[in-house]
Amino acid sequence: MRAAVVVFPGSNREADVARALRLAGADVVKVWHTETALPAGTDLAVLPGGFSYGDYLRCGAIAGRAAAMDAVRAHAARGGLVLGICNGFQILCESGLLPGVLMRNVNRRFICHRQLLRVERADTRFTSAYAKDQVIDVCVAHGEGNYFADPDTIARIEGEGRVAFRYCDASGVLTVDANRNGSLNSIAGIYSERLNVLGLMPHPENFVEDLVGGTDGRGLFASLAA
Amino acid sequence: MKARITVTLKNGVLDPQGKAIEAALGSFGLGGIGGVRQGKVFDIELHGSDKDAAEATLRQACDKLLANTVVEDYAIEIA
Repeated sequence: MRAAVVVFPGSNREADVARALRLAGADVVKVWHTETALPAGTDLAVLPGGFSYGDYLRCGAIAGRAAAMDAVRAHAARGGLVLGICNGFQILCESGLLPGVLMRNVNRRFICHRQLLRVERADTRFTSAYAKDQVIDVCVAHGEGNYFADPDTIARIEGEGRVAFRYCDASGVLTVDANRNGSLNSIAGIYSERLNVLGLMPHPENFVEDLVGGTDGRGLFASLAA
Repeated sequence: MKARITVTLKNGVLDPQGKAIEAALGSFGLGGIGGVRQGKVFDIELHGSDKDAAEATLRQACDKLLANTVVEDYAIEIA
């Protein structure tokens, strides 16, 4: 598995995701946003968390139009894997690689806490190391994670089984309390039509070491590296 | 020429910032305010004097970057 982590001005989680990928056995290179091509042999393009361009205009809006995003789009069109975490998810939505938009959290607060997620399917390149309906313990840290799309788009995503993760309680139940940013249908992450692009607000890369409180994030990187 | 682009949230899209501003205005005891929606204004300087061409350019600017048309509408005024 060769992964390219695309770094924008204001990205700040690129080292963490690179570390999580290396722990899973991947080769990782960083790619500056002005590059017009990904390194030859790239299997996975990663858009890390952070605050690209200081969240100016809209979260992910300016990064979504960067030169490197044309290369990421071409990679995705060839069936290549793309993972966007937090700001990376916002960039994927702004760039048109995933539908919908991440709006301001419904409670108007920056939320930063441990978060349980329900794994909606375990038959994708991103989740094969998990079980369907498994509840995993990761982290969230964002001010704009409130997933929104028009009713037709939501119906299409749901109908095509493209929800990757949902905010849930310890029993895997989707409660209002567990969905603190107010996302429609408790959506925490979605796939593209061909299931080769995944965007999610939570940070699986935070929880890959017992030392920092959990290892439930490992499954995502292990799935990718498998 | 100068142009002003106004970007606003579509009807029905939740606006937590507008709600917070509405609540703050309410706390001043200002009466008669029924609702607040927050938007953005872009003031743009244009070269040339062809209004139609300018409007076409500005539409592209809005569609490509200034507005996210999933949740936002825009209006263009050219002075």
